[in-house]
Amino acid sequence: MSLRRIGAVLALALALAACASSASAATARTNLTDVEDEVMCDTCNVPLYIAESPRADQLRREIRVLIAQGETKNEIKATLKDRYGPAILAMPQRSGFSLAAYLVPILAALGLLALMAVLLPRWRRRGRERDEEPPEPDLSDADRGRLEDELAQFDGR
Amino acid sequence: MKRPGVLPTIIAVFCAMLIALIIYGVSSTGADTSLDSAVRSGKRPQAPGATVALPKLDGTGTLSIGALRGKVVVLNFWASWCDPCKAEAPVLQNAQRRLERSGDGTVLGVTYKDFAAESRRFEREVGVTYPSLRDDKLKLAPKYGTTKLPETFVIDREGKIVAISRGQLDQKFLDSALDKALGGPAA
Repeated sequence: MSLRRIGAVLALALALAACASSASAATARTNLTDVEDEVMCDTCNVPLYIAESPRADQLRREIRVLIAQGETKNEIKATLKDRYGPAILAMPQRSGFSLAAYLVPILAALGLLALMAVLLPRWRRRGRERDEEPPEPDLSDADRGRLEDELAQFDGR
Repeated sequence: MKRPGVLPTIIAVFCAMLIALIIYGVSSTGADTSLDSAVRSGKRPQAPGATVALPKLDGTGTLSIGALRGKVVVLNFWASWCDPCKAEAPVLQNAQRRLERSGDGTVLGVTYKDFAAESRRFEREVGVTYPSLRDDKLKLAPKYGTTKLPETFVIDREGKIVAISRGQLDQKFLDSALDKALGGPAA
């Protein structure tokens, strides 16, 4: 097969792939399942996908209306946020008490790192000390005497 | 006495911060009941949010409670998904007829976390004629400690609350509250 022919086949394959991807992008519509895990039921305070209440059912109907109007997932979230405020989105807000949802994990991680920074050198130092000085058995004078006698007998054999 | 090391101090401070955060979170989510206790003790607290202008449900501009000063207002928080709201609507409609006839005031609905298209359908189906405002972003409801529906606040001509109903109201409650509001401010 000549180089020109190979090039033509590759160009055709690329063109077909591009057509297929654009066609799928054009036909891919937002669906309810895709949106409801990123939206809160604002009266039940749980994500919409697990919420069972008349308000949750209403929000699902509202999202279906927005989908039918051709809105994408991000547009639907923006519309809902515009209508009901940021609390309608499942991601915690970056202000007020909700900020704790972002800060606490960071602080906990920093706390753990600080703990490790304090503990690791201490553990390593203890380990080194243990290796260098073998522990001496805590014996009474009587036991020590008996041990030495027995060792002497052992060495005598 | 041996001083505590750095490590226990860090852990203690971290735990104390977490506990403080939890306490703050729990206490700040509680409903405000200061209006209820004031009304229960015979006082007439000023209706909050008088200057908050909300869009009318019918789309004809905005309205605030303050704009109705001089009239008795039956402020009712409702939503189309709330069954007790549907059940109490005829009682509120009776009050609206009474207030309209005498020219003394109005029932003022405020929708709470409701899809406007369904709020309007609710109004048509139930046949209410009093105006309603949309409080989708909760600019007004939290000022009244409203977290559940329905809730009703009867406000006198001076903009003071004379009666509160948290839950479905009945004719007896509303008649008595209106008599109190129309009778003039308490001494």
